[in-house]
Amino acid sequence: MEAAVDYLTNHFQGVFDALKIAVLTFLYNMQLFMEWIPWWVVILTVFLLGWRLVRLTAGITFAALLFLIGTFGYWDMMMYTMAIVLTSVVISLLLGIPVGILLAYSKKTEAVVKPLLDAMQTMPSFVYLIPAIMLFGLGKVSALFATVIYAIPPVIRLTNLAIREVSKDMIEAALSFGSSRRQLLRKVQIPQALPTIMAGINQTTMMALAMVVIASLVGAKGLGMEVLISINRVDINQGFEAGLSIVIMAIIIDRLTQGIANRYNYKKE
Amino acid sequence: MSGIIKIENVTKIFGPHPTSVLEKIQAGASKSDILNETGHTVGVYDVSFEVNRGEIFVIMGLSGSGKSTLIRCLNLLNQPTEGRILIDGEDIVRYSGKELQRFRQNKVAMVFQHFGILTHRTVEENVVYGLEVKGIPKEERKQTARETLATVGLEGWEEKMPGELSGGMLQRVGLARALANDPDILLMDEPFSALDPLIRREMQQELLDIQSKLKKTIVFITHDINEAFKLGDRVAVMKDGQVIQTGTPDEILNEPADPYIEDFVKDIDRSKVLKAVQVMSKSLAAVSLSEGVQAAVKEMESRKLTNMFVVDDDQKLQGVVTIDDAIRAREENKDLPEIVHQDYFTAKPEEILQELIPKAAESPFPVAVTDETEKLLGVVRQTSILAGLT
Ligand SMILES: Nc1ncnc2c1ncn2[C@@H]1O[C@H](COP(=O)(O)OP(=O)(O)OP(=O)(O)O)[C@@H](O)[C@H]1O
Ligand SMILES: [Mg+2]
Repeated sequence: MEAAVDYLTNHFQGVFDALKIAVLTFLYNMQLFMEWIPWWVVILTVFLLGWRLVRLTAGITFAALLFLIGTFGYWDMMMYTMAIVLTSVVISLLLGIPVGILLAYSKKTEAVVKPLLDAMQTMPSFVYLIPAIMLFGLGKVSALFATVIYAIPPVIRLTNLAIREVSKDMIEAALSFGSSRRQLLRKVQIPQALPTIMAGINQTTMMALAMVVIASLVGAKGLGMEVLISINRVDINQGFEAGLSIVIMAIIIDRLTQGIANRYNYKKE
Repeated sequence: MSGIIKIENVTKIFGPHPTSVLEKIQAGASKSDILNETGHTVGVYDVSFEVNRGEIFVIMGLSGSGKSTLIRCLNLLNQPTEGRILIDGEDIVRYSGKELQRFRQNKVAMVFQHFGILTHRTVEENVVYGLEVKGIPKEERKQTARETLATVGLEGWEEKMPGELSGGMLQRVGLARALANDPDILLMDEPFSALDPLIRREMQQELLDIQSKLKKTIVFITHDINEAFKLGDRVAVMKDGQVIQTGTPDEILNEPADPYIEDFVKDIDRSKVLKAVQVMSKSLAAVSLSEGVQAAVKEMESRKLTNMFVVDDDQKLQGVVTIDDAIRAREENKDLPEIVHQDYFTAKPEEILQELIPKAAESPFPVAVTDETEKLLGVVRQTSILAGLT
């Protein structure tokens, strides 16, 4: 393991640096945006989304819960955490969906990658922090890296599954009209797979949130860090409030992404 | 009439090494022997036939006889293990990927037993799928979709999702999707088998109506002999992966080539197969208006008829006269138009006997067979219906 990391750092330092810069720039802009956006806009948006995607009472509840986080004094922390979560989710999807599609197309690749995914999911999450620090040093990038690795398996898995499960009848119909492979993928397989992929996105987001909290160990600020600090100080009150804020975020994100997933669930034949 | 589709010695074997099994079959091994010894399934073996431009060619056979395997070779959803498939003289088996795509986009379209409708697209988006793949501009697609949906009786359903449609409607969408592409050849693999009997008959009739306008070449699969004979200009019967008889419905009905086919034919309800045009008498028992009452009486007497149809000079049907009326009219110096009756029934030439029987039973007059322009083509008497049924 160590040798491998050494090899990587020695030979691909340039690549890692470039990656680091790209990711940091993205994260930085995300953070700027999160800081810039006024609190009432966030609450209003979440209310509207909750209303439209789930139901009116859900919208009201979500808004009230967010307000509660504000009263704890954790608004900025929450937005900061959200920036890291969103960034890692975006990276996870950019990597995970194409990989999932690739697996669906090739039995061999699937045979190699699947055990890897299993291993990734059974390992305790903080294990990813070690190679992350070795490659990127302490800080946000390591936190992001570890989060992406931890959160990416569900979206890969479910994309793969979803594409494989698209009905043969539809695929044959599309082929019989002379679709190219790309057209088949774009016009049939991906749209058909979307509801399941959405479920994968939901899981990935939830796992990213869980991991971001742990990733505060390697120096990502945010709500996780607050929990950590209060544990060290044995400050039960502060720890409770920070923990509750994380739970609230989790609930809201979960319901909203599920709501989106349900939207895509047109009736199957 | 020319063969638009020519199938020459096509064989399709399923399994890991299909070509390795060819010799065994040529040596005369049976399907089940091959399956037991090598694990390969013989789907179709050494099939040859031609399909003429503009005809409905029906392939009929029991479940597992290889019908689907064969029709799927015609757009290469199945790659034949051996043999040639010439379409407009080109061997499609040799097509490259790009050529095959172009062929599927332009020449053939398929209608599937289980519809194959894309559930994430609206009805209209389904219908234009083939056009979209071909890169036809959006406006034109919309236009075509509207026209084709009207053809299959689904105008106004453009924006609906497939989940809201019944099976019969879904298959109309499937048919519209195929027609929208304006292919030369329509491949239909048991398109109506999943529908209940009433809807099924409706769809069969509609297919015939559409075909009489569009004159496509249609290859149609069914395991129902009544459907085969109703729709088919010619029918091929398949058994164990081979075609054992090809012919018009009449030929197969009257001279079944094999006990297997005899069994099939036994099942058939002749009243559902025989058409008006097949039982009508064409020796025109009709008198024209210009010939007058005198001629009518003479004609009926000489033929020993009690009634007779009256036409104008263009053979258009005007009514029916009885011999009693005609004799009286001759004495009273009346003319034909004053004594014609209008309470007779007409039928289209392709109407089946089953539909003629109630008409014949209700009216004292024979049933007049006419074309779209009301021209009299022939006459079906009560006795000819009985003769046809036995
Ligand atoms: N993809 C396949 N792989 C292996 N065997 C197949 C495949 N497709 C068809 N077969 C076999 O080929 C034979 C002919 O099947 P086919 O589907 O052509 O019959 P069919 O006449 O269409 O029957 P049905 O009326 O049930 O649709 C069957 O024994 C079937 O099991
Ligand atoms: Mg079949």
